[in-house]
Amino acid sequence: MARRLPEVEVVLVGFGWTASIIAQELTDAGMEVLALERGGWRDTVPDFSVTHIQDELRYAVRKEIFEQTARQTLTFRNRVDQLALPMRHLGSFNPAAGVGGAGVHWNGQNWRFLPTDFVIRTQTEQRYGKQMIPADMTVQDWGVTYDDLEPYYDKFEYLCGISGQAGNVGGKILPGGNPFEGPRRRGYPLPPLNRCAATELFDKAAKDIGLHPFPAPAANTSKPYVNSLGVQMGQCTYCGFCEWFGCANYSKASPQSTIFPVLLKKPNFSFRTHCAVTRINMDGSGKRATGVTYVDRDGNEFEQPAQMVVLCAFAHHNVHLLLVSKIGMPYDPVSGQGVVGRNYAYQVSSSVNVTCKERLNPFMGAGALGQVVDDFNGDNFDHTGKGFIGGGYIALWNTGGRPILQQYLPKGSPKWGAGWKKAVHDDYLYSTHMQCHGAVMSYRDNYLDLDPTYKDEYGNPLLRLTFDFKGNEHAMSKFLTEQATRIAHAIPNRGIHSKPREGDYSIVPYQTTHNTGGAAMGDDPRTSFVNRFLQSWDVPNLWVMGSSVFPQNAGYNPTGTVGALTFWAADAMRRYLRNPQPLVQV
Amino acid sequence: MKARAAIVLLVVALCGGVAFAAQQVYAPQKSHHTWSDLQRGRYLAQAGDCESCHTAPNGQPWAGGRAVPTPFGIVYSMNITPDQDTGIGAWNSEDFYKAMHEGVDREGKRLYPAFPYPWYTHMTRGDVDAIKAYLDTLKPVHQVNRAPELGWPFSMRSMLAVWDKLYLHADTFTPDPKQSAQWNRGAYLVQGLGHCGACHTSKNFLGAVDRHHPMQGGFAEHVFAPNLGAGQRDGLSGWSEQDIAQYLGTGMNAHATAAGPMAEVVQQSTQHLTQADLKAVAVYIKSLAGPEASGPGAPDSDSMREGEGLYVDDCAGCHMEGGEGIAHAFPPLRESSAIQAAQPQLLIAVILEGARSPTTKAKPSGLTMPAFADKLDDAQVAALTTYIRNTWGNKAAQVSQGDVSKLRKTFATASQ
Amino acid sequence: MAAAAPVFSLSRRTFLIGAVAFSASLLLDGCGGSSTNAAGGPRFLQPGERDFVRAAIARLIPQDALGPGALQAGVDVFIDSQLAGPFGQAAGQYMQGPFHLGAKEQGYQLPFTPAQVYRLCIPRVDQHCRNKHRAPFAQLTAQQQDAVLHDLEDGKIDLGEIPSANFFGLLWQNTKEGFFADPIYGGNRHFIGWKLIGFNGPRYNYVQEIGRFGKAYTQPYVGLGGRDPVMCRLSDSATGRFHGPGCEAGRMPFKQSYGSLTTTNNRVYPAGHL
Repeated sequence: MARRLPEVEVVLVGFGWTASIIAQELTDAGMEVLALERGGWRDTVPDFSVTHIQDELRYAVRKEIFEQTARQTLTFRNRVDQLALPMRHLGSFNPAAGVGGAGVHWNGQNWRFLPTDFVIRTQTEQRYGKQMIPADMTVQDWGVTYDDLEPYYDKFEYLCGISGQAGNVGGKILPGGNPFEGPRRRGYPLPPLNRCAATELFDKAAKDIGLHPFPAPAANTSKPYVNSLGVQMGQCTYCGFCEWFGCANYSKASPQSTIFPVLLKKPNFSFRTHCAVTRINMDGSGKRATGVTYVDRDGNEFEQPAQMVVLCAFAHHNVHLLLVSKIGMPYDPVSGQGVVGRNYAYQVSSSVNVTCKERLNPFMGAGALGQVVDDFNGDNFDHTGKGFIGGGYIALWNTGGRPILQQYLPKGSPKWGAGWKKAVHDDYLYSTHMQCHGAVMSYRDNYLDLDPTYKDEYGNPLLRLTFDFKGNEHAMSKFLTEQATRIAHAIPNRGIHSKPREGDYSIVPYQTTHNTGGAAMGDDPRTSFVNRFLQSWDVPNLWVMGSSVFPQNAGYNPTGTVGALTFWAADAMRRYLRNPQPLVQV
Repeated sequence: MKARAAIVLLVVALCGGVAFAAQQVYAPQKSHHTWSDLQRGRYLAQAGDCESCHTAPNGQPWAGGRAVPTPFGIVYSMNITPDQDTGIGAWNSEDFYKAMHEGVDREGKRLYPAFPYPWYTHMTRGDVDAIKAYLDTLKPVHQVNRAPELGWPFSMRSMLAVWDKLYLHADTFTPDPKQSAQWNRGAYLVQGLGHCGACHTSKNFLGAVDRHHPMQGGFAEHVFAPNLGAGQRDGLSGWSEQDIAQYLGTGMNAHATAAGPMAEVVQQSTQHLTQADLKAVAVYIKSLAGPEASGPGAPDSDSMREGEGLYVDDCAGCHMEGGEGIAHAFPPLRESSAIQAAQPQLLIAVILEGARSPTTKAKPSGLTMPAFADKLDDAQVAALTTYIRNTWGNKAAQVSQGDVSKLRKTFATASQ
Repeated sequence: MAAAAPVFSLSRRTFLIGAVAFSASLLLDGCGGSSTNAAGGPRFLQPGERDFVRAAIARLIPQDALGPGALQAGVDVFIDSQLAGPFGQAAGQYMQGPFHLGAKEQGYQLPFTPAQVYRLCIPRVDQHCRNKHRAPFAQLTAQQQDAVLHDLEDGKIDLGEIPSANFFGLLWQNTKEGFFADPIYGGNRHFIGWKLIGFNGPRYNYVQEIGRFGKAYTQPYVGLGGRDPVMCRLSDSATGRFHGPGCEAGRMPFKQSYGSLTTTNNRVYPAGHL
């Protein structure tokens, strides 16, 4: 029997990036906010201390910092006619566990989507004709535009201390930046990170073949920085242990390093750890959320009433909660009806290893230390006759040279034995890789629902993921890989290994943790779960944050856009709280 | 005329009689103070950092019970909430002033100078009264005072009469006419309420401070509170008045970040001083003389070599390769007076136990250094601290392995 | 949608045999132990298994002109430690049934933990070697051993329920891990693995060096336990703040005690309580 607790004004499910931003914004507006985190408390000291954090086996290989599948996983299949099976080991993506969420262990690669990304259906139909979009591709416009979000992208960038070189300020193209980016009101708060040997080589090669390379925008501070909340950050020292590790010297933007020092002192904010939310509770009308139910570490169940519920958990978990709470119409791929679970997407990535002639010292790196070309992203190039829409960036990332996992050997290197030993001996210091980071569209039969067989430790059915790359993604990825290979050939090298993404999507090798969709935003309640402000159409006091709301994914890492959307939604929430009702009438 | 005078006399006599009678049945004087008196009292109590000592860890505020370690044993702070039975609710302002000025409580019992009355004695009556007025507004907490744990003969309070005779100079602060009003305000705060010398001045074997060398460094609990007087290397000659005011007001300046017990002092107390008071304190401190310059001997090269390696491996990630730190985030180690202090205990302590910068209104971030106690052994810490104290232009006495072991043992005992 | 009939159904007899053989040596959670392998001997591998592992890793990363190999680096000690601890027991992995073999895109679907995989497969590999060469793996010539390893890799040897490619994949993965992980885990002894490739170890500042393109980094090698090349630092505080799969060796790297000296703002955040 769940024990009923006193009501709070706002309850947040999860305590990562989106919850921290919402909590900071709403407590400033005088609201009383409670965050419920299923994982434990973590902070720079002692959890990411310089004394022990650079431990590749513990964190990157044994994945200590992530969610464990015994507690939370899903089942997976490529196609509807397959039996979905549990993801027993983490592979393709690494969801977080604990306060700060994936904001603790991300690389810090921080992007704005392109203006055309937000109106992809309209843009594509106008430029190429309606027939360019296959019938089973369910891409849709977002309901917001880049211009709507521009001030909020700026807000997130100045919160994090993004290091970068602007390419388009107020319509003026600036040298050294991304000439394809949407116009921005001002430059980045910090200059770009230092170059390393590998990014320097990529820069030259890309320029040599007529492309437009620029330094990647990085949530790793290039200089000491006091952010928009007055919180002090350090300076990145290129330690090479960024993704999948916490940062020891306050130079990677995370909720801990950017928001907590201010948020946690507020008397109207509180949070509880080791509290797993298992259900969103509704009243009899089905139009109002009354709060959530959660289970603590000892298995005690609690009912937490709230006037407003905001889902701030990882993309999968938000959708899972909606499904098990029977909120909104679950998506059915056969009929195409329903919205919860609809339009799941991901990222199609591929890579090209380059063994250079020059010593690179790859172990000196940072999570977003990279040089990028955006010439083949979005609709930045003419897709006529190409057989696909969308694109991605090509980046030379120098995130580190961690010996177990970060070996980028040339093609034909032996897989083990004396030959392998010679290859790593000869090539480790000279090898790097480029990543092609491609968009994934939404499709009728890529979706999320509940598994009929497998259960989690609370007795709830697991989320079931049905997903595969389609012809569009394969063609796009092939194209990007070819372009990356061209760049690689322009680098003085003694070996290249192009690794295109081929075959069905596999849940085994790590790709990205950029899982999107399932609670899409939009202008039409028939094809979206939340409106353009991330407020549920059906349940006005229920809001959904994070990449769950992406109607399809673009060719960029999602966090920058997640941050912008969260600030955008927070503004809308302030209006809502003054007059609680649906903000969009249809 | 005579009748009227007689009536007046009678009235006066009656009033006097009533007043006299009232004094014998004590009624606390609560309501005579204005709002600004109470605010002044609150400000002064903050400046004196009273709540800090008079609150036990995880205990009720102001109810005492915090263990104050002394070389003679442990003294527990008293309950100074206005509880009638266990606090000082029954004390009037006279009683309170006697405690602050002479170190004697309401029953005539002498107080141990772990309660820094040798400094509070310099405070004006008016200020002491204001503090008492503020204390009277606190929530009363019923908590019996803990008896001190002192070995004989220190357990004998009668010994304190002798101690006071020798070492207590019970006099109210007298402004020096040769100095500015600002200097005098700073002197008043530092010598009185601030009781800075209680840590920053060396003490003799009976725990009395060396009055002739005020604020030239002393032990505070287990660590060394450095010299605040002049000194290029291990004093504040390199600090401007603005630096001092900024350090006390925000917890850090370009030269140092408050660590150890001082972090608590900044966070609980000095960050709340007015700008004028911070400046006054700075002016006074900058006028202090320093100890005679002592040239420490050169450290041995093995320690320097090992220390250099340890520094690159363990410290450079924040304090940078040249020891310059990161402005406003990680303090510099080069040309730091705290690093070059005569005694190395604070540096050792920070390495063993870590340090969290104070969170002040101006600087809320609380950046933290992790503990290295389990990563480095005593020999390594000795080499590392010797290196830090003698490179980048720093010069200070070598640190021995014994120094480290002793401190490590003290922390181990303290945490049990 | 009706559930498809299981493509694979685990033979109860095999499972029980494995379970019995396994449970006899099953060790509890490795976190809490405080003895090193070097001092205390193997914690999981039986003598025959140990011979196999030592022989196999000596071929997977051999000693040669480029320097010492996996055996010299103590990778067998590493593997033994790992199997004895949470990794070996698949701690934190979703182990609920039913178990079905799926497509390769669906990942590992066998009910066996890494420890069980080793325990089940090694005797079967040895049996295969006896059948073919009349000697267990450890006593074959280097050439024969390489051939067996290739056959395992290519799925050509029948190991019962466990595809030989799975076993090979696990063995090779663990070998690489042991060769390149920090020495506190028992392998990469004397920084043998890191010295082979030129990875200097965990350091936190390359601000100056990153701009010196092409220049070798010349600081001495270092690990989490320091520059001592035989570093396998013991920690007697096995219950550090993290209690995750990373502490197989029973050596939680460093108890994270955090400053009692500075007492400010010591809020304790309650877990699941009001």
